[in-house]
Amino acid sequence: MHTKTIAELAAGLKAGEFTSEELTKAFLERIKAHDGRLNSYITVTGELALAQARAADARIAAGTAGPLTGVPIAHKDIFCTDGVRTSCASRMLDPFIAPYDATVVRRFKEAGVVMLGKTNMDEFAMGSSNETSFYGPVKNPWDLKAVPGGSSGGSAAAVAARLAPGATGTDTGGSIRQPAALCGITGLKPTYGRVSRYGMIAFASSLDQAGPMARTAEDCALLLGVMAGFDERDSTSVERDVPDYSAGLNNDLKGLKIGLPKEYFGEGLEAAVASTIEAAIEEYKKLGAEVVAISLPNTHLAVPTYYVVAPAECSSNLSRMDGVRFGHRCENPKDLEDLYKRSRGEGFGAEVKRRIMVGTYALSSGYYDAYYLKAQQLRQLISNDFKKAFEQVDVIMGPTTPTPAFNLGEKADDPVAMYLADIYTIAVNLAGLPGMSVPAGLVNGRPVGLQIIGNYFDEARLLNVAHKYQQATDWHSRDPEGFN
Amino acid sequence: MALDKSDVESIAHLARLAIGEADVPAYAENLSNILTLVEQMSSVDTRGVAPMAHPFEMVQRLREDVVSEENQREHLQQHAPAVQDGLFLVPKVIE
Repeated sequence: MHTKTIAELAAGLKAGEFTSEELTKAFLERIKAHDGRLNSYITVTGELALAQARAADARIAAGTAGPLTGVPIAHKDIFCTDGVRTSCASRMLDPFIAPYDATVVRRFKEAGVVMLGKTNMDEFAMGSSNETSFYGPVKNPWDLKAVPGGSSGGSAAAVAARLAPGATGTDTGGSIRQPAALCGITGLKPTYGRVSRYGMIAFASSLDQAGPMARTAEDCALLLGVMAGFDERDSTSVERDVPDYSAGLNNDLKGLKIGLPKEYFGEGLEAAVASTIEAAIEEYKKLGAEVVAISLPNTHLAVPTYYVVAPAECSSNLSRMDGVRFGHRCENPKDLEDLYKRSRGEGFGAEVKRRIMVGTYALSSGYYDAYYLKAQQLRQLISNDFKKAFEQVDVIMGPTTPTPAFNLGEKADDPVAMYLADIYTIAVNLAGLPGMSVPAGLVNGRPVGLQIIGNYFDEARLLNVAHKYQQATDWHSRDPEGFN
Repeated sequence: MALDKSDVESIAHLARLAIGEADVPAYAENLSNILTLVEQMSSVDTRGVAPMAHPFEMVQRLREDVVSEENQREHLQQHAPAVQDGLFLVPKVIE
């Protein structure tokens, strides 16, 4: 059962080939047998999952099931789950049991989707390798020496190793697309405002967006259909109808205009990754698409801009972790300042502290104009590049990452080198656009992702473009040895 | 942009973060490298460019000023490190 896609599992449940309880048990057994090697889950909610599965089976029997009722998935441990530890992979929230459900979690519950557990991630979603987790790094199922990417590395590794048929992720600078690429799965970061951020622990509020991670674009369409939609509890949620993301999956790509930004194929891109992406573009030409050379001239400014905006917003958001109302509190504080400082000093790991300090510095008196305001102006220029490009083309394509997965420890001591791993994904968040990563090949046994960027609210087209490629190729259905 | 030991200590104080004495040099180096990366921003003339705070030109949504949440104090306080009579307990700050 574990080799089936979500679409196949949903069909099997509907046809009575297996029950949700059987299916859920099968995944729980796989997690038990294999996750020791990967560390992709922080918390496995076995009993809760089986109770949800039995409830789903009752709904199926009563004829009140929705399209995904009974399908099990995993949630990134950044989403609040009522009564279940929600740690954000931090010592700070290790004791925190959320008192409510995130909107994304609630929507999946209402749809009858079963939660297998909470997946590992970089601490507070800050990282590109999953090495900053308080619970230890996640391994890449394709090569246990390699990182799975981050920050949604646990979700990506769990899906790649068939320890969950799908999972939720969040993407602030590439945290869905980059691990999806490095683990050989499909991931979608929707338009900013498309999916509610309520109950999703905030990192950088003007950039954060939740999205689906699964084996195929078809599955991502099914998951996004549940996740997307207006939520009055998120002040930046967009009031806009949710289309049927599955309806247009098979639309013909004849005449599709694909923009290839020259900045995404220059210095720093590994040659074998470049040729893998070029082969994918050739496949699209066979499907009738036209290729247009474009330029996104401010691409090189995306990483510097992001490392002002994201830390500034994180330093503000993480000020709520103060040892007073929830989370870690230090022993024997001598006064309130000591309580704040030591609770935070002990509760946060090194990368989170670095980002809080960069953000605090950028927002401190006398530096605001030079850093935060300047970064917001550059954000406008980066966004304008995309606006111009989308006057000419339907989608933009390029590599998701400049290299396949790097080795554990390789960049752990060099934050700037780590930041540059997200060079092709960050601009999309600054502009608020939707983007996907789709498996496009293997280099030395490690997966490579093709990035597809769309115009605002054009998720249905992205899914269609990805699905047609997956009909013509089989990179998305390869599974890592040792986990098949 | 190079930060020294005292810069790091003052930023850590502003952020209310206790940093181990032995870790200060590494933070100084890493933060300086990050700020050097960020400095590339100054190569661009942005005079007259409107700052972008949000991808869409949205206005803050308003709602009627009515009670919309139930009182869940006990439920929400169950995870607090220390509470008494519905209040969060913190160390004494005034002698």
